[in-house]
Order: sequence, then structure tokens, then C-alpha cells
Amino acid sequence: MTSDTAMKTENIELQLFLEAVYQRYHYDFRGYSKASIKRRLLLARERIGCTTFSGLQDRMLHDHAVLPQLLDYLTVQVSDMFRDPGYFRALREQILPHLKTYPSLKVWVAGCSSGEELYSLAILFREEGLESKTMFYATDINAGALAKAEAGVYDLQRIALFTRNHRLAGGRGSLSDYYTAAYGAARFDKTLRRRTVFSDHSLVSDSVFAEVHLVSCRNVLIYFDRPMQDRAIGLFKEALVRKGFLGIGARESLRFNAHVKAFTELLPGERIYQKRGDE
Amino acid sequence: MTALPLHGCLREPRAIVIGASAGAVTALSRLLPPLAADFPLAILVTVHVPADKPNSIPALLRTKCRIAIKEAEDKEPIVPGTVYFAPPDYHLLVERDRRLSLPNEEPVNFSRPSVDVLFESAADAYGKDLLAIILSGANEDGAKGARAVREAGGIVVVQSPDSAEARMMPESALTACPKARAMNLHTLAELLCACGGTVQC
Repeated sequence: MTSDTAMKTENIELQLFLEAVYQRYHYDFRGYSKASIKRRLLLARERIGCTTFSGLQDRMLHDHAVLPQLLDYLTVQVSDMFRDPGYFRALREQILPHLKTYPSLKVWVAGCSSGEELYSLAILFREEGLESKTMFYATDINAGALAKAEAGVYDLQRIALFTRNHRLAGGRGSLSDYYTAAYGAARFDKTLRRRTVFSDHSLVSDSVFAEVHLVSCRNVLIYFDRPMQDRAIGLFKEALVRKGFLGIGARESLRFNAHVKAFTELLPGERIYQKRGDE
Repeated sequence: MTALPLHGCLREPRAIVIGASAGAVTALSRLLPPLAADFPLAILVTVHVPADKPNSIPALLRTKCRIAIKEAEDKEPIVPGTVYFAPPDYHLLVERDRRLSLPNEEPVNFSRPSVDVLFESAADAYGKDLLAIILSGANEDGAKGARAVREAGGIVVVQSPDSAEARMMPESALTACPKARAMNLHTLAELLCACGGTVQC
């Protein structure tokens, strides 16, 4: 078999594999960016000890222990607290003053993974005096990641970076005010999440569940293909109040999105958009 | 078209990928300025850069080049006559619909962006229509990717280790792809220009 044919076969198998995951477990990765998902599934395939995606499909369908392992490859959990500090500084200095004018606030952290972004926002809102009137929704499709988010425990080795980011984000006081360190781990103050609802939610297949004032969805869209990015941004558009805010990742853009006209690019450098008043 | 300096290889690539690390600025400053503004191919470049500050290389090269130079954006369609750089702290991948993806997965070979990640995805998207170039660098990133390009039928050329500021990256690529041609920057520049059908170097 030539290399070209082998690659075509492999891509057919990949497509069928994603279809099988969907039909069997209702996790829909069919609209994910193929290049990235293929790379991660090749790693999973090697780890699980299969030589083809068809073999992996067989294992996945018949051995229920395989899916949770696969989900950790299919959903990427790479995040840091206050990642891209400029984003959080811009929220603090330019967006929160707007949000202060509302009597109550709802914030949706979409694709919250293991919670780093949620805790960053909760700390930010506490520091700016908005915590008591804010409700946070933290959603993800990966139950394991949501459990980690709810626990709020991070490796102590990561704290130096988190601390530096917090300071660069204009943090008031020290990050150490918000966690206790023990046994190599930092356990974040559980009162930070007392106003948070953690929930399983898929940007691919679920619909809007609340009206919100701010959506923060960073480095999630980059895993989606174009049509799925359109769907996700459409959900955010629907969920946001008029003149509500949308923050996305530093390298993400609405430029190629079907809903680009529904938003104004408020702070282009920090990728913070505002929903238009007439939408 | 001026004869390609790649003997026995008359295929015309439809895209070019370049990987480099230490010594990248010197090498790219030789290779990219001769290219015409209407160079007919897209060039995708992954250079190892620090994660926590802006990449200064595109701006530096923009002052010296006629071909358009930019940092890649997520889901951006690939346009010929443009050099796309992987941004700091993100991998750069090519989708099969010829758009760019910038996932934020774990580092590979301690690198994000990683040359292997770019090359493997480009090999998948372009198959035999790809020219991959490994330049100077002080680690082994790119070797696996170069092999993937070869296996998909693409062309791999490598900056000769003796002419590179850091020889480990080209040497590792040559070990992984023993049939890849090694050449100095002057010959590499000629090769690149020839891909555009005009030699102005």
C-alpha cells in the first residue's frame, strides 16, 4: 500500500471512529479540528496499544474502561491561572467597571476544564468587590475535568507561575491569600466557588441555559472546525445580554466566524468583544 | 523555470514548511528576503521562541522581505505568497481543508510551538506536494516530522550541519531521513526561489 493510500485509509478510520464515539457515548467530536484531534488520538492509540483506529474503535466500543482514558486525550486540559495576564488586567480595568452597574451578574466560563480560569475570575471578582452579586457557571464536557475544577487543587509546582500571572494581571494582595499549601498541593479557598454552578454542557450539542453578562471561553474554540466555531459563538450570542461581553483566547478571532457582525471588537489586543446593542 | 537544484526531483511543491531554532534568524534572513512579493506558494514556519513574550522575528523579517509575513491566526485560510509564523506558546497545524489551527496542547519535545507538530500535520494535508526545510537548531525537534513528510512522499531538505549555527537539529533530521539533501544557505535560497519559478538571488 502506498503511503498516500495508507493515509487516506487512516483518515477514513478516524472519521468512523469519531462517528462510533458519538453513536455509542453521545460525545460529539466530529466537528473538532481534524489535525489536532488526529495527533492526540495517535498518542492515545499508542498508549492503549492499538495499531489502527479501527482497532481502537473495537476496544472503545467493547471495553467501557477505555472511554474515560480517551476523553483525556480528546479534550485538552492545558491551562494556567491568569493565563495571558493582560486579558485579566483588561477585564479588571475596563470591563468590570461596566459590569458594576448591573444589580446582579452572571458569568459563563465555557469549557472550564480543570478550573484554572474559573478561579482566576472568582479571585478577580472578589478583588473588585463584585463577587457577592455574581453567579458563575463553569461548564465542560469532561466529567473528570469538572471534578478537578470543583476540587480546586493544583500542583504546588505550578503556583509560582500562577502567582506571577496574578501579579501581572493587577492582582491586589498575594495569591497565597486564596490557597493553603499542603503535601505538594495548593488547595484553593472553597468560598471562591460557593457562587459557582459546575455543569456538564457541550458547545456542540447543548443549548443556552441562562442569560449572562460575560462569557469567558479561552482556548476552546481553537479545537473546533469552522462550522462548530459558528455554533459555539452563536450560543454565546444568544446567551449574552445586549452589550454583554465575550472574551476568547489570545490567538482566537471572530474574523472568520459567521456571527462576526453581532459583536464589536472592544479590546482587539486582548480579544474582548461586546455584543451589539441591536442584536 | 530555472533548474531546481534538487537533482532527480522535478515535482513542484504546493506548500513549504520550515522548522528552526537556535540560528533561525540568520538562516531565515538569508532565505526569505530574495522571495518575490508574488511568490506562488505559502510558507509555514515554526521557530522555537520564548512562550512569555512576543515573537520579534516576523517584524524583523518584514523590514527585509517583499513577501508578506505574518503570525498565523486560528482557522485562517492559507494564502499563497505569505509566510505564516507560529505564535509563541501555540502549536501551528495545517488542516486538510488548508486552514491553519493553533491548538494549545502540551509542548512536544519541550517546545510549543513544535516543528514535529507542524510537519506531521502538513504531511497529512499536502502529502507529496510538500517541501519541508529543517534549518539550524540545538535540539531534535523536527526529525520525526521530517520523517513523516518523507513517508507521505514529500521532499525534505536540510541545512548542512557544518553551515548551521547550531548543528543538532539538522543532524537529527538527517539521521531520521538519510535520503534528505543537505545544503548550505546559498543553495537553499536558490532552491526556494526556484519554487517560485523565478530566481532573483
